[in-house]
Amino acid sequence: MTQARAILASAKLALLGQASASLAVLAALLTFSPSALAAVKDLPGGPAVNQLNLPEPITRIAAEQIWLHWFMMIICLVIFIAVFGVMFYSIWKHRKSVGHKAANFHESTTVEIAWTVIPFLIVIGMALPATKVLVASKDTTNADLTIKATGMQWKWGYEYIKGEGEGIGFVSTLDSTHRQMSNDGGPKKGQEIDNYLLKVDNPLVVPVNQKVRIITTANDVIHAFAVPAFGIKQDAIPGFVRDTWFRAEKTGDFYGQCQELCGKEHAYMPIHVKVVTAEQYSQWTDAKLKEVAAKADDPSKVWNLTDLVARGEKVYAANCAACHQATGKGAGPIKALDGSALVLDKDHLKQITVMLNGVNNGAMPAWKQLSDTDLAAVVTYTKNSWSNKTGQVVQPAEFVAARK
Amino acid sequence: MSAVLDHHDHAHDHDHHAPTGWRRWVYATNHKDIGTLYLLFAFAMLMIGGLLAMGIRAELYQPGLQLVNPELFNQLTTMHGLIMVFGAIMPAFVGFANWMIPLQIGASDMAFARMNNFSFWLMIPASLMIVGSFFMPGGAPAAGWTLYAPLTLQMGPSMDAGIFALHILGASSIMGSINIIVTILNMRAPGMTLMKMPMFCWTWLITAYLLIAVMPVLAGAITMTLTDRHFGTSFFNPAGGGDPVMYQHIFWFFGHPEVYIMILPAFGIVSQIIPAFSRKRLFGYASMVYATGSIAILSFVVWAHHMFTTGMPVTGQLFFMYSTMLIAVPTGVKVFNWIATMWKGSMTFETPMLFAVGFLFVFTMGGFTGLILSVAPIDIQLQDTYYVVAHFHYVLVAGSLYAMFAGYYYWCPKWTGVMYNETRGKIHFWWSLISFNVTFFPMHFLGLAGMPRRYADYPMQFADFNAIASIGGLAFGLAQVYFFFFVLLPTMRGIGPKASASPWDGAEGLEWEVPSPAPFHTFETPPKLNANATKIVA
Repeated sequence: MTQARAILASAKLALLGQASASLAVLAALLTFSPSALAAVKDLPGGPAVNQLNLPEPITRIAAEQIWLHWFMMIICLVIFIAVFGVMFYSIWKHRKSVGHKAANFHESTTVEIAWTVIPFLIVIGMALPATKVLVASKDTTNADLTIKATGMQWKWGYEYIKGEGEGIGFVSTLDSTHRQMSNDGGPKKGQEIDNYLLKVDNPLVVPVNQKVRIITTANDVIHAFAVPAFGIKQDAIPGFVRDTWFRAEKTGDFYGQCQELCGKEHAYMPIHVKVVTAEQYSQWTDAKLKEVAAKADDPSKVWNLTDLVARGEKVYAANCAACHQATGKGAGPIKALDGSALVLDKDHLKQITVMLNGVNNGAMPAWKQLSDTDLAAVVTYTKNSWSNKTGQVVQPAEFVAARK
Repeated sequence: MSAVLDHHDHAHDHDHHAPTGWRRWVYATNHKDIGTLYLLFAFAMLMIGGLLAMGIRAELYQPGLQLVNPELFNQLTTMHGLIMVFGAIMPAFVGFANWMIPLQIGASDMAFARMNNFSFWLMIPASLMIVGSFFMPGGAPAAGWTLYAPLTLQMGPSMDAGIFALHILGASSIMGSINIIVTILNMRAPGMTLMKMPMFCWTWLITAYLLIAVMPVLAGAITMTLTDRHFGTSFFNPAGGGDPVMYQHIFWFFGHPEVYIMILPAFGIVSQIIPAFSRKRLFGYASMVYATGSIAILSFVVWAHHMFTTGMPVTGQLFFMYSTMLIAVPTGVKVFNWIATMWKGSMTFETPMLFAVGFLFVFTMGGFTGLILSVAPIDIQLQDTYYVVAHFHYVLVAGSLYAMFAGYYYWCPKWTGVMYNETRGKIHFWWSLISFNVTFFPMHFLGLAGMPRRYADYPMQFADFNAIASIGGLAFGLAQVYFFFFVLLPTMRGIGPKASASPWDGAEGLEWEVPSPAPFHTFETPPKLNANATKIVA
């Protein structure tokens, strides 16, 4: 195995060298291309500029996958060159224009059996190492830390379920400036954003060298949790839980993106995993748990209008503005909130019901994962923003009552 | 069977005049006219689907949103897929079947002429509905051509139009398949035994059985989606206890045989052309038939390789990985047989042969990436990335579409009575081959680097390869416009050197025994055939 690996490694270097040389020529030809203008750099733990192969592996499984990929590539390339070498030789030699007369043979059972049996044996040779890697990658037992990742349109929710940091939970969303930049036509000339569309507000933090089990599920439609450097990708399916695992062998920042079409903002729900040392992880969990305790709102607190609107504005920007827009005007099929009869209605329960249950088959999703205080704040915000000047205050207690 | 067809000479008199004007096409029962309708319809859909692809590539030329918003982008990718699969590739092959199967087996027409008319004309309302869905409230369906639940449950009313259109197209395909099966099994000329039949007929016979087996499965899946959307059922809706993964199982039980429905007739066309231009009989005819059959049977037990990331148990993944890898064996046999046919032939490279060899070379690359994707641990990395996009365009464009171009150039003299312009055909080939690879080869790198498919915007590191792919895509699109105006239209107008009955000196088969263009009615009495069933003996 080690010898095979060494051979593979040297073959890989030769191939990559050639590929990147020809690529440099191509890149020179394409000086008008977008990234040449913005001079973007490789993102460590994320994509590299014009990356040609799988990313640098951070887990054993990812390394095995790369080995398997080279193994397959080289066998396929050898067969391809041999088979099409024969074809092009034949095209060269057996042309009518060079005076070649057609032979008359048209069948041979021996040959047919040979080229059925030999590929069959090659395929078995490919299946054996693949089986080994597959079985290893499916073993999610004995995890040190279990985290539930919930796909939502269009963000990731993380809950630390078991192990150090149990009880921590937060939502991770794409940096809103990046989303805005995308709408404005992408990064402009001179803007060097290496983590464009990969920057989140709250990265997932995990300790190095520990087995982390990720349980995936979803709130609305199917999403997929993927981090290429770890060699993992697992669909997050509403109503079901699935799991995968990784043991990161290096600290650093690693990136992934949702990989299952989940609606209009599919391209805008990245995954950022921060791998830290055990000590840093303990510090982080302590701080985070304290923060969680301090931030826990008393849902029976009575708020005044100004405070609630101020808080609602943040909740709105993080959760609602992607569809309903910062102006509250909506877009296309997305309903406007500005001037909406439902929002202006004196009966708070109408809007509360929409927030808790969603409408239109989930085109407007349910938001029951938000806290009662956040929900009350955002509803109050919509009732008192833009041209909506109702002066109505919706208290968290109303959501508490409505949930029952 | 032949006894039924013999001695019916009185039946011919009243049908000899060809109807004219619009009636000829709307009331068409002639297999050649219906074949022409199918082919023109498919080409129109190819252009519409291509236009959508241009929209996708234009948006992806640079990072950031410049031309379309993400909603419209998802509509473009979804409709590009649906229109190309159900509107372009499948009808085009049915068009080839209509034109060529009766000519190749020495039958007077398709078995059910009126049903043939119906199955074509059904496609018009269906395609109007599917293209028109862009103008419905909320826009066209945007859940991907695979229409995964529960995303489809969030779609607007155009989703229902899409489902209805797919039902109609499915019904049309099933009728077309029944027609093809009955024609091949019952209407072969005396002496045309099954194992002497041209490969194109064989591959279509097997394809037709696949269609009949799986189109109802698709109909079931989308009907359940429809009732989930409107009638309160919860087949796939997790909110009511439904299972979204079950949708994927049902869809891909249709979807994987569908892949072979789109490639087996292409194998058939290439198996006709390579022997003709090698001036040598097809090598291993029997093993080609068996390989096609094996591929068809195996296609029913590999579907879940599209679902390795859904979280199947390890035994399930192993089974589907092994069965998928196994398909490489019969596919390999076909490639080896084609090359053995060329070996020690006397080859010339007119445009049909160029497209056939181009098919062989580029399709095989798609075959190898398929083998790499079948390895589940690698697929975990590549699932839903641009690597998959590259893979299936290598097999569907360089596979199915190239074979159709090859077939057009090969049979165009028979259809139109004139030869296409050889220089222009060669320009079309090289232009298509190069621009195709410029478009899709860089997508392998994008996929390996982790760029997910169906993304309206992407990290900046992916920009260069996307720019290259977009430029290539535009060039490939223009190549097909060139083909339409400079190759296809002139031949349809009858411009070009007159073609003889058998313009290719190496081509064998009954289609070359009738004049060019093929008369409105052919083989009205069953022909007497030679021992190989390739020639009519007077």
